[in-house]
Amino acid sequence: MTRLPVQLWIGAALSTSLLAAVLISFLWTPYDVTTLNIAEKLKAPSASYLLGTDHFGRDLLSMLMEGGRISISVAVLAVGIGMGLGVPLGLMAAANRGSWLDEVIMRGNDLIFAFPSLVIAILITATFGPSATNAIIAIGIFNIPVFARVARGGALTIWTREFIMAAKVAGKGKIRISVEHILPNIANLLIVQGTIQFSLGILAEAGLSYVGLGAQPPTPSWGRMLADAQTMIYTTPRLAIAPGLAIVAMVLGLNLIGDGLRDLLDPRIRRARE
Amino acid sequence: MLRYLITRALSLGASLVVASLVIFTMIEVIPGDPASFMLGLNASEDTVAALRDELGLNGTLSTRYLNWIGGLVAGDFGTSYTYRVPVAELVVERLQVSLPLAIFALLLSTLIAIPVGLIAATRRGEMTDYTIMGATQMGIAVPNFWFAMLLVLVFAVQLRWFSAGGFPGWDAGIGPALKSLTLPAIALALPQASILARVMRSSLLDVLHQDYMRTARAKGLSIAQATRRHALRNALIPVLTIIGLQFSFLLAGAIIIENVFFLPGLGRLIFQAITQRDLVVVESVVMLLVFAVILVTFLVDVAYAVVDPRLRRRA
Repeated sequence: MTRLPVQLWIGAALSTSLLAAVLISFLWTPYDVTTLNIAEKLKAPSASYLLGTDHFGRDLLSMLMEGGRISISVAVLAVGIGMGLGVPLGLMAAANRGSWLDEVIMRGNDLIFAFPSLVIAILITATFGPSATNAIIAIGIFNIPVFARVARGGALTIWTREFIMAAKVAGKGKIRISVEHILPNIANLLIVQGTIQFSLGILAEAGLSYVGLGAQPPTPSWGRMLADAQTMIYTTPRLAIAPGLAIVAMVLGLNLIGDGLRDLLDPRIRRARE
Repeated sequence: MLRYLITRALSLGASLVVASLVIFTMIEVIPGDPASFMLGLNASEDTVAALRDELGLNGTLSTRYLNWIGGLVAGDFGTSYTYRVPVAELVVERLQVSLPLAIFALLLSTLIAIPVGLIAATRRGEMTDYTIMGATQMGIAVPNFWFAMLLVLVFAVQLRWFSAGGFPGWDAGIGPALKSLTLPAIALALPQASILARVMRSSLLDVLHQDYMRTARAKGLSIAQATRRHALRNALIPVLTIIGLQFSFLLAGAIIIENVFFLPGLGRLIFQAITQRDLVVVESVVMLLVFAVILVTFLVDVAYAVVDPRLRRRA
């Protein structure tokens, strides 16, 4: 058991410190990132510019703080879409196990899984135009089957328990049982899956923005910063390294939290470890 | 077994039909008029009408869909609007880069992941295990295109061992061609290898606690012998599934990496086609990729059922 808290602590420290920096950007950043200051362009890190400046003279640290807003909110909203639609679908499928409804929902899930997600995300942004909103939808769609599957799997085991039987005898309907008794009991699973999809969303947003299909300029995002840095990678690699490290730290932090929580909350794993 | 195959094949067919309908809707129905979408806002009425004619857009939606599917089945993928060549030709040409790249990356990831996972599982709870697990956590968290940029920075810019991008073609010889695919393959393989190593480790750990392993040890086999003779084969089943799924991912997921290295592969083709609004190419290539993914998943399922008879009954 000693290993669990360490993993969780490291993960929480990494992601909350990044999240804090991003939240602070709403109130204060060291410099304004919308004003260009060509005189100060490509300055090396110093006391006045902790991470240096880019080719427009913008402070890299300020850009990282603001860039995180888009990256994080795209990922969070995509998880919201996945949970908001996937969990009810999964609960419905579990409540009507073996019926045509269950069959339709699960086959629909398989179908979305079969699509190469990146290709479809690119297709969606291409059809509807590149924007942060379309990136959210594109990433969110692929979160739906993930949450539906987790919710259904978790709900099926709960449905066989005695207290559900008691609820049925008490005259509660399927919907009420699902909301009042099933949902609270699978919340753990959903939270763990949520952190994992959150981190995947950060990676997906970075990829889409990198190829120019995510947030559009002048809105900074970590993926966009990487795309801008690519042309200067030979002369100023620092510009590519900083946003990349921000993405890695955020994703790593979330994955560690997810793994830590799963170990902590899943009694089967805990027993195996003891 | 036959019943299992038939039900699986039926669901394969159904998936393909639904997938093709989704793609058709995305490309030909939602944008409104594909012809004016392809030509942009400033096109004259005549040009749009001419393109509508050329693309056969004047028929009803159902005939257009059936024509497209009929063409795909017959190997006619349509003609690219920007390149003015049959899409099938483009696909074959681009596959000569994407397929070797995917296979290269898959080989790398498998060759790294299986021994690494094996070592981590046998040294469970030791420093080696923690180090390996930590490294794989990093490998999963690193965006592969950023890793690709770092590889370029170190091996192309600093050390000058590789070129920073481009593809000389197979005519230039196998050596130079493979060399230009090496950095992209490493970048693609890193996250895959990390995932695979973790699967290998946990699958082996599961197997090591089975009763038959205890029996093998009771028979007098050493841990290494028992692992080699009994555990490894059983542990590889889930690993093979993941490898199958990764192959289709590598084929379809190389879009961004191909862009980093300016490789003329399928991913770059689809990306260019999207920016040039060459919908004929987009539609057919996406369908082809989806077909490949669905087919690979089907084959993995069937192979699984052949190896593990318990799964057949579930269908």
